[in-house]
Amino acid sequence: MSDLIERAVRILESVKGSEEIEVYLASGVDTEVQSYQGEIEELTNATSTGIGIRVLRDGTGGAQVGTAWAGSLDDAAVRDALREARDNARFATEDEFIAFARPDGVPAVALELTDPGVANTSLDDKIAMAIELERLVRSGDPRIRQVDSANYSDYVAEAAIVSTTGIKASYARTGAYVSVEAIANDGSDDQTGWGLSAGRSPSDLDVAKAASDAIRRATRMLGAVKPASFKTTAVFDPRTAATLFAIIGGALSGEAVVRGRSFFANRVGEMVAAPNFTLLDDPTDSRHFAASVFDAEGLACRRNVLIEMGQLKAFVYDTVSARRAGTASTGSAVRGGIAGSPSAGCRALQLIPGELDQAEIFRRVGNGIFVESLIGVHSGVNPVSGDFSVGVTGLMIRDGQLAEPVREITVASTLQRMLLDVVYVGSDLEWLPSSAAGQTVAIENIAVSGT
Amino acid sequence: MGRGGEFAEVFVEDRSTSSAMLDQRRVEELSSGRDRGAGIRVVVGDTTGFAHTADLSERGLLAAAQAAATVARKGGGGVREIALGPLTNHPSVATMLPKDVDKARKIELMNLADDAARSEGSSITQVSVALGDSSRRFVVANSEGVFAADHQVRTRFNVTCIAKGDGGMQTGYRPIAGTRGFELLSGEAVAEAARGAARQAITKLDARPAPSGDLPVVLAGGSGGILFHEACGHGLEADAILKQASVYAGKVGQLVASPLVTLVDDGTVEGEWGYLALDDEGRPGARNVLIENGVLTDYMWDYLRSRKEGRLSSGNGRRQSYQHLPMVRMTNTYLLAGESDADEIVAQTPYGVYVAQLGGGQVNTATGDFVFGMTAAFMIEDGKITAPLRDCNLIGNGPDVLQRVDAVATDFSMTPGTCGKNGQSVPVGCGQATMRLTGVTIGGAAV
Repeated sequence: MSDLIERAVRILESVKGSEEIEVYLASGVDTEVQSYQGEIEELTNATSTGIGIRVLRDGTGGAQVGTAWAGSLDDAAVRDALREARDNARFATEDEFIAFARPDGVPAVALELTDPGVANTSLDDKIAMAIELERLVRSGDPRIRQVDSANYSDYVAEAAIVSTTGIKASYARTGAYVSVEAIANDGSDDQTGWGLSAGRSPSDLDVAKAASDAIRRATRMLGAVKPASFKTTAVFDPRTAATLFAIIGGALSGEAVVRGRSFFANRVGEMVAAPNFTLLDDPTDSRHFAASVFDAEGLACRRNVLIEMGQLKAFVYDTVSARRAGTASTGSAVRGGIAGSPSAGCRALQLIPGELDQAEIFRRVGNGIFVESLIGVHSGVNPVSGDFSVGVTGLMIRDGQLAEPVREITVASTLQRMLLDVVYVGSDLEWLPSSAAGQTVAIENIAVSGT
Repeated sequence: MGRGGEFAEVFVEDRSTSSAMLDQRRVEELSSGRDRGAGIRVVVGDTTGFAHTADLSERGLLAAAQAAATVARKGGGGVREIALGPLTNHPSVATMLPKDVDKARKIELMNLADDAARSEGSSITQVSVALGDSSRRFVVANSEGVFAADHQVRTRFNVTCIAKGDGGMQTGYRPIAGTRGFELLSGEAVAEAARGAARQAITKLDARPAPSGDLPVVLAGGSGGILFHEACGHGLEADAILKQASVYAGKVGQLVASPLVTLVDDGTVEGEWGYLALDDEGRPGARNVLIENGVLTDYMWDYLRSRKEGRLSSGNGRRQSYQHLPMVRMTNTYLLAGESDADEIVAQTPYGVYVAQLGGGQVNTATGDFVFGMTAAFMIEDGKITAPLRDCNLIGNGPDVLQRVDAVATDFSMTPGTCGKNGQSVPVGCGQATMRLTGVTIGGAAV
């Protein structure tokens, strides 16, 4: 850990004249095991390191920034990256809002995001988990015809961000996952179901639950039919609801707002969602798998309430989008690895849970559709216009109970409308390995397209 | 091969990339990147061990090889000598390599696109332009004597526009992409793409919610090829086939589509986005007929899957980078042109949907259910293209939809895309001529 910081600080010593330099170093160790028919099909064990450098130069009309990255920390690679970043900066438009983050006095919340279990668990034990997961799925129900892949994976990741503007931050994180896809068949059609379990250490994982989830999801889809089109209330399960929250989080990015790409722009203070809807981005909640001490510019992460009881309260900002908006960073810079530049984004979304469990939501909805998996989210959701149309599988809800399975249908509305049409928020908050946690959510006025 | 693996492979890659972004008339950022390293794969029985390293010294490579070989667990295996032939080298077909391009010229083209887009109308409120290129060299050597190198140069230029009207914002998008150097881009080409993206956004300002339910659909030439990529392309990849995780398993020789469907995956289309002289296992790219006049003729294969069947790879073994294991992937997948006239197909459709541009899709190969998104579409009423429609997905089942192709025109064209599978992205091309489906489910919000 301190090695990375020291290395990063040494690179800063190359600073010339009035320029500013920001260095982002990352390193990781990844293990992946895939079991098939009781044996290891694939095993990957790898370490990786990399550097992202940004150079800022001041001009008369504002600053210019240039970026370069390398998948190696050897001296020559770092030197080349620094030279390229400097050269790239010359071509950027001078812009008064371009700046690097500076320490803002917000103290970092101490979080325990690493577990020695990832490093201390033997490879044999990790392999055994993947094989056991596959065995449990295959033996768990006679209708399971195939297990396409049963996986164990884990990582240890470290990063450091330092800059000549006074930033000096580092963090580490571990994670472990099992996931499995089951294919069920009852003599006619095939259906699939995913199961997963995530934690910070192998010992956090519930292999049996991942297996039983995959089996349940696959087998209860058997005999699924394609219904005629109708308008109804859709009940999203925690996983699909989390996907929905992550999409909404994209439109709450201050970057989307200042770039004129968010339907939430100029609407702070308005009721944009139902009164039962309170959405926050809180990377300081260590229960969230995406929890983080620092953001991608090295500022302390903090709790940001975005929508409170239906009212739009705030957006998340990084340094540059905040300056454009005339406000301060909310500690919400994210970046896609060493090759990405910081931008504003939600990191750890959660919707404040309601009081009803899933069964009670089914009872209150009476008749509707229960959405258990989504397909085509990237092709059917336009985060700028808000148009929403995704393929789903799930089950009908009749008289307050789950009924027959349905497939090859889409559910459609607009994101703006869906937020206002939230009727019930479940109490069953589930922490998921994504930028959003999820719980059961019921939304009215959903168009289901079938035959 | 110190530990008795049955198959071993070293893949060494050196990739340089650069990207530039223009947003709201500002050149926001130029970025350059360099990634070098080696991926080492050892296969024993049905088990693959894999390790990768950015350390290309002998010590680094040996450590990675050892890590990959630990899965073998056989210990003690003898050293096997491997006879490598002379290196087969494939230089890039690009004439203007990325490293030789003046950065100022890139910015000039991006500004030109911005101007062209805004000239389409004052409702265009936002234009962003991205230019990216990559130069990827690799050498692959394996225990079967393969020793080959390729140099792949790719260039991509995207324009995204936002138009604002009384009913909210709408988007338009146009890509230009090819396995070529900077010669791919001309002032005229980028201006035309920009105007197209702007017009698409402006047109959609008047769009109404798409209908729902089963309707006839006419797909314009080009991006409609995504339909085949999702409806059957992924299902014809041998990894899904050998695991019986595809609706097309066991169907070679059977009629799986309308007789109008002849589908080809072709890595040899020089300059296309999915072109490759060599795949990432050192096999030459090839033209493979997958479906001929509706009859399934073959699947796509990589080394591992073909070895199990005692045949040769079809040149479809691809990997995102040295940090990834190769698997079966498409290259350029296209439907051969037919004999109908594109305008006639529309004129002979009394009621339905005309899809001018598709934006991507996804498939569950085990069930065959797939979606693809329309990003520019119109109603067809009385044989004429009428009102624009808002974005939505279309959903269908692969084997069913393939039977519903009832007309294919002559106006063939291709479009670039990025295909994601098991966390790896690779560039692919899709192509077809204007064609009609007798019915497919439109996932609109109007019920």
